[in-house]
Amino acid sequence: MFNYFANPFRFLRLTSKLQPITMLVALAAIGLGLFYALVESPPDYQQSETVRIMYVHVPAAWMAMFCYVTIACSSAVALIWRHMLANIIAKSTAPIGASFTFLALATGSLWGKPMWGAWWVWDARLTSMLILFFLYLGYIVLYNAFDDQSRGARAAAILSIVGVINIPIIKFSVDWWNTLHQPASVIKINGPTVHPSMLTPLMLMAVGYMALYFWLLFIRTRAELNINKVRKMLIQQTETH
Amino acid sequence: MKRKYKRLSFVGLGVLILSAAGSLILFAFKDNIVFFLSPTEITEKFLKNKITAQQRLRVGGLVERGSVTKGVINRFKVTDLNKSILVEFKGLLPDLFREGQGIVAEGRYDNAVFIASQVLAKHDETYMPPEVAEALKKSGKWKPTAGK
Repeated sequence: MFNYFANPFRFLRLTSKLQPITMLVALAAIGLGLFYALVESPPDYQQSETVRIMYVHVPAAWMAMFCYVTIACSSAVALIWRHMLANIIAKSTAPIGASFTFLALATGSLWGKPMWGAWWVWDARLTSMLILFFLYLGYIVLYNAFDDQSRGARAAAILSIVGVINIPIIKFSVDWWNTLHQPASVIKINGPTVHPSMLTPLMLMAVGYMALYFWLLFIRTRAELNINKVRKMLIQQTETH
Repeated sequence: MKRKYKRLSFVGLGVLILSAAGSLILFAFKDNIVFFLSPTEITEKFLKNKITAQQRLRVGGLVERGSVTKGVINRFKVTDLNKSILVEFKGLLPDLFREGQGIVAEGRYDNAVFIASQVLAKHDETYMPPEVAEALKKSGKWKPTAGK
């Protein structure tokens, strides 16, 4: 299966069709989601209007973890099966995931001040999320730290796999230790504790963010593949001269 | 083919060992990772001399009903429904602060009073419109979970 999709030409052909679709889904879902989040949905019984930050914050935090797992998995594929495309996908995902993490941290801080009374606290959830942000930055830096791209790719891949241990810590931090951050509201055993009228914008935003991720990923991976192609052509040119 | 499986088992084994190491570290630092202690834990630890009056702590629990007196120095009791601790706090209380609400206070404890330098409101995981909350209260199906 990996071998089938690892072919860059097949990947380029497939993504040229998928790219406009993901763009449309992203724009439609985020547009509609924001309308529901900011206009249509009711205020919360405790937080009143501040609850609207949640619609931007929660899906961003989900995507932050999803992108990291994607990086770790494709890094493992790259290390074991030596597929160039897996490295490119991991590399292209990193800045997108870092942006989602930053968005989650920033919006969480904006929510924390009026609700908790503090911009930032060092509880397990917030701290592990900050570590995730630094893992993203470390990954990006390490990838580009070597003159030889393939060495950078391998070092960064190992870092991303080591860092994947942080993901279950983020997810379960609110259950394992007492934290100031509230426990899970949507992905939990007894069903969500979010009213349906508030779950609609949340899910729309989640779908929109996911589509946005794939749209940006396709743009970035295609650009990387083209850069590689140009580099190869330049090398060939200098060799023939 | 053989080298591929070697690398696969190497990565798999590495992740396994790392997660074992990680869980051991987290288990060892269990007491440091918790954000706050319950009133029961604080009174017990104080009696066993595991915490001192100089140590900075955080106490978390529900604001006991009927215990709040507001003023220049706010006084209220924080309870975990087993033990409760009197908290004194000079400063502005957060918007979500009310009786029955979950809060976390940071400060020092000297066996009688918890002198807080900061009070944070804890929010729970339930989200609903005000009308739904009203309807639930009327029908008697209201389950206060705040600060659980």
